[in-house]
Amino acid sequence: MNDLVHRYGTALTLLMCLAVAFWLVILVIVPNLYLFENSFRPYLPVQDMGGPKDVYTLKNYLTFFNSPIHITVFISTVLYSSIVTVICFVLAYPLAYYLSKKVSVKSLPAIFLLLTVPLWVSEIMRSFAWFIILSLRGPLNYLLINIEVIDKPIRWMTGFRSVIIGLVYTYVLFMLFPIYNAIQSLDTAQIEAADDLGAPWWRIHWRVILPHAKPGIASGSVMVFMLSAGSILVPTLLASTNSRWFTEIIQQWMFESLDWNTGAAYAFLLLILCTVFVTLVMRIFRVKLSDIAK
Amino acid sequence: MTTKKSDFLFRLYLVIFLAYLLLPLIVMGGAAFNDSRFPSVFPWAGFTLNWFVELWNDARLINSFKNTILVALAVVLLSVPIGAAAAILINSIGGATRSILYGLMVAPILTPGAVIGISTLLFWNKLAVPLGLHLAVLGQVSYIAAFVMLLVLARLQSFDRSLEEAALDLGASHSMVLRRILLPHLYPALGAGAVIAFFQSIENFNITLFTRGPYDTLTVYVFSKVRSGITPTINALAVILIAVTLTGALVVELRRRRVQAKSA
Repeated sequence: MNDLVHRYGTALTLLMCLAVAFWLVILVIVPNLYLFENSFRPYLPVQDMGGPKDVYTLKNYLTFFNSPIHITVFISTVLYSSIVTVICFVLAYPLAYYLSKKVSVKSLPAIFLLLTVPLWVSEIMRSFAWFIILSLRGPLNYLLINIEVIDKPIRWMTGFRSVIIGLVYTYVLFMLFPIYNAIQSLDTAQIEAADDLGAPWWRIHWRVILPHAKPGIASGSVMVFMLSAGSILVPTLLASTNSRWFTEIIQQWMFESLDWNTGAAYAFLLLILCTVFVTLVMRIFRVKLSDIAK
Repeated sequence: MTTKKSDFLFRLYLVIFLAYLLLPLIVMGGAAFNDSRFPSVFPWAGFTLNWFVELWNDARLINSFKNTILVALAVVLLSVPIGAAAAILINSIGGATRSILYGLMVAPILTPGAVIGISTLLFWNKLAVPLGLHLAVLGQVSYIAAFVMLLVLARLQSFDRSLEEAALDLGASHSMVLRRILLPHLYPALGAGAVIAFFQSIENFNITLFTRGPYDTLTVYVFSKVRSGITPTINALAVILIAVTLTGALVVELRRRRVQAKSA
């Protein structure tokens, strides 16, 4: 801190500290504390606020724990977000390895330009694209019927499969790029040494490349899981009535019941879920937060 | 270790992966030109530009587009200085304070947008600030500033601090050190931060949904259209957005290559 004052003077240092304080205190910490506090208050009409009925209560959380439907939706959100994370890893890992260790440096910029195209297209458009493709009278069914693979259109958007398809498509790049960065920093000589000493390819991956890619895998998993569990667009567009996502229930409390307090409790449950997941991943992969956020 | 066969398989996988990423976008773009009320490319019912005309006549859309740009500019103006200040600050301290601050700063990236949206809504509602795009800006800044911070922090690692010492010894004022020495070194990171902040803001849906009040941004508007009844005007909009952003990305890439060629 003294170092900053020495370099940039008191006024500039103070200004910088104020900017950071505004961000962390006003935009991050206090709103989250407020969310926490609100989740323990009952939902009351305006005239009762601050009155004798306005006491701390666990009612909002009990609403969740007494509702088998909401618990089921929560569990399926966790389960299917985890499945999406695993699928993204399986799809991304071979490609990340190929791009970082095999492809000639010359062709990399072109490949990366092509890979990043979907990132420039907003999430809603990407899920909308799959909505078109998977719809009953959509191009996929039309194509499959025309080449006589199937004779009746398939209802793709039932259960969670269309949600999984949409989430994987939307977030797979968030897995690819961190793993690519991690593998790229591995010295190729280590792979060659293992190869020269006679290790089969799968052992080279298991003992040399995968351990080195750990921070990237951790970072990708955290991002994909968090984005999937918190996604609103993809489930709303691609889910059917028998596959509901936890964020949809939060939306119901906020916009349909207008019960912001229960909404806050449910949002807080989602936040806890993501925090637990981040902590677990950091434990399992033995990485620090600074390895994950890059 | 690389046999011809495995190399061929990797290559094939790359092609399939790229097709998987790009084909859905092509299908969606194609549907914008198909003369069919339901957006699809098969069966092809003839070429039309009607959906673009319909799009142009949609006043709500034009309005939401304006809102989106305004919000994105405000987010850039706030998050770039905040993120840069945060990076400079965290770079000058160490120990436990640094880890705690760093954790607080990156936490919003790992927080679901719905949680940020709802907490922003509740907090400012308590202060009797009405809902609206200004809250969407504040909610978005809370996590976008973290991206800028990470970019600037990475750039600071290659900064030679003795340059600042030399300038101070030679009698430069504090603001001059910042303006003439530190900021020029940070310009690439600040530029990249501004671009990322702009696009993150345009893309944002989750935070905006909860904080916007009665105002529309592009993503929220498209969302309401998709829910109320799908027409290929949405595809036409997608085509325009893809064209604009791709042109932008290409220009940036070409300029980068020219700069690289010059310095090589």
